[in-house]
Amino acid sequence: MAENVVVGDDGVDLSRRKFLTTATVATGAVGVAFAAVPFIASWQPSERARALGAPTELDLSKVEPGQMTIITWRRQPIYVVRRTPEMLEHLKGHDELLKDPNSDSSEQPDYTKNLFRARKPEVLVLIGTCTHLGCLPKQRFEAASAEMGAYWPGGWFCPCHGSRFDLSGRVFNGSPASVNLKVPPYEFSNEHTLVVGVDEKGAA
Amino acid sequence: MAAAQRPQGKGFMGWLNKRMPVQEFFDSQLKQYYAPKNFNIWYFFGSLALLVLVLQLVTGIFLTMFYKPGEATSFDSVEFIMREVNFGWLIRYLHSTGASAFFIVVYLHMFRAFLYGSYRAPRELLWILGMLVYLALMAEAFMGYVLPWGNMSFWGAQVIVNLFSTIPAIGPGLVEWIRGDYGIADATLNRFFSLHVVAVPLALLLLVMLHLVALRTTGSNNPDGIEIKEKLGPNGIPLDGIPFHPYYTVKDVVGVGVFFVLFAIVVFFVPTFGGLFLEGPNFEPANPMSTPEHIAPVWYFTPFYAILRAVPNQRLGALLMALAVLSFLFLPWLDRSPVKSMRYRGWFSRMALAVFAVSFVALGYLGMQPAEGSYVLLARIFTVLYFLFFYLMPFYSPYGAKPVPERVIYHAH
Repeated sequence: MAENVVVGDDGVDLSRRKFLTTATVATGAVGVAFAAVPFIASWQPSERARALGAPTELDLSKVEPGQMTIITWRRQPIYVVRRTPEMLEHLKGHDELLKDPNSDSSEQPDYTKNLFRARKPEVLVLIGTCTHLGCLPKQRFEAASAEMGAYWPGGWFCPCHGSRFDLSGRVFNGSPASVNLKVPPYEFSNEHTLVVGVDEKGAA
Repeated sequence: MAAAQRPQGKGFMGWLNKRMPVQEFFDSQLKQYYAPKNFNIWYFFGSLALLVLVLQLVTGIFLTMFYKPGEATSFDSVEFIMREVNFGWLIRYLHSTGASAFFIVVYLHMFRAFLYGSYRAPRELLWILGMLVYLALMAEAFMGYVLPWGNMSFWGAQVIVNLFSTIPAIGPGLVEWIRGDYGIADATLNRFFSLHVVAVPLALLLLVMLHLVALRTTGSNNPDGIEIKEKLGPNGIPLDGIPFHPYYTVKDVVGVGVFFVLFAIVVFFVPTFGGLFLEGPNFEPANPMSTPEHIAPVWYFTPFYAILRAVPNQRLGALLMALAVLSFLFLPWLDRSPVKSMRYRGWFSRMALAVFAVSFVALGYLGMQPAEGSYVLLARIFTVLYFLFFYLMPFYSPYGAKPVPERVIYHAH
């Protein structure tokens, strides 16, 4: 027995009792933590949800130049725009109005980290949910329109909180969103077929 | 023996009291619970909040009998309730109007605490428990609004759940975990249903019970903000206290009557309250591919929503919105006035409270408007005023206090 034993009125070794109580509570707490794992994990996307998140294809020959079409991938709207040379020209010259003109703090695969934010400049693929709080930005492609103002080079306007993006999905200063629209992983399986959700690195 | 000393009564009540302290509980909670005799109209809202809670539980139980959670079934089952279930429309409108009534009553109940310093020592824990009830209520209301699976349900859920993505590092993973899918989906709807009908109501009931236990310990504050327990009569009962039952139970019944008249007018004549209680876009089914022209939450969240949108930085906006709600918790320690009630406070405190009340209502209005031009500017001004009320309080509240009377001000009717 150690020398500093605390003995209670009825001769009980209290320090021993305290140690055993603490050890029991600690073991119980570890047990509770382990038991919580399956319940917490049950909230993760199910196998079915994962399977339904498979890559999505689009036949680009059905999209006219200058037009946007929306497909879904993983329940997210994917904006696909066939940009005209004129639209591509409008991407230049307003860098000073943008929060992240070079997309340094925005999310996109490496192969789209360029001025056009695309693999092929004429095909733009974006996740169409506002990086602010997930609304769908609306198409405002007409440059210098009366609604958007003289500076407007064409792009998207989010009706929820007023974020504005250019035709590469880059966010303008003064918008509540702080980063550019995200670009999903994608590749072209042939000349005119876009596949969203997969690239050289495999399926996302 | 202690049990033998208690009055037990005869017959069935005697039999019961020997086995369970029914009479003792009733006496200690109501007949021998002494409340200040100078309560005014502001003291109706606590009991009304309890009434609305019961109303929501009862109507909610019945709605659950007909509602079918699920992406494919939710919207249709709500339409089924509205059109084909006998009196389904009434049960649903009672529940949806009850949600707004809950917040009206709770906001007035909270404002009463601001007016008379009811959050001050020794009632800090009472106030915090009340705030936890309010937080649980917000979660309950938010998830309840998602269940009809209208387009505003969907997009409201999208915006609110995405707020969690602003948390550094764990944000995106956390959002996926909350949704259980890559977007707001069937999985999200079903877990919100479970939380809305089981988990949060249980938490609410527990918190309301603790709120009442804490109230029974400290006793109610009153419009004069003085402690009636400090002036006891020879029988040990506060000189300014009257038994809660029958005096205040009877008074509260009058409040219940008036409340039900107003409530019925809304339920029967203006159940959507011009889009304030039930929003127009929610009468369309959820459509993940089409955002409503203008997303706004129901009125009781709009003050905080306006703060969120007033900030040009996303993470800071979410943070300020959370702080706007949590600031209430710090009130007992921010307030340094030597007196509790506004009746005896200086002009600084009174002006500050007026500015706060105006800011809260103004933010509520601005949160419903589109986030453009002068609306944003105004929202920023009122956001600043909102926070100044709280965080300048330690500096302005000590000034200008007037002498407080010994006994409560009371005129017999």
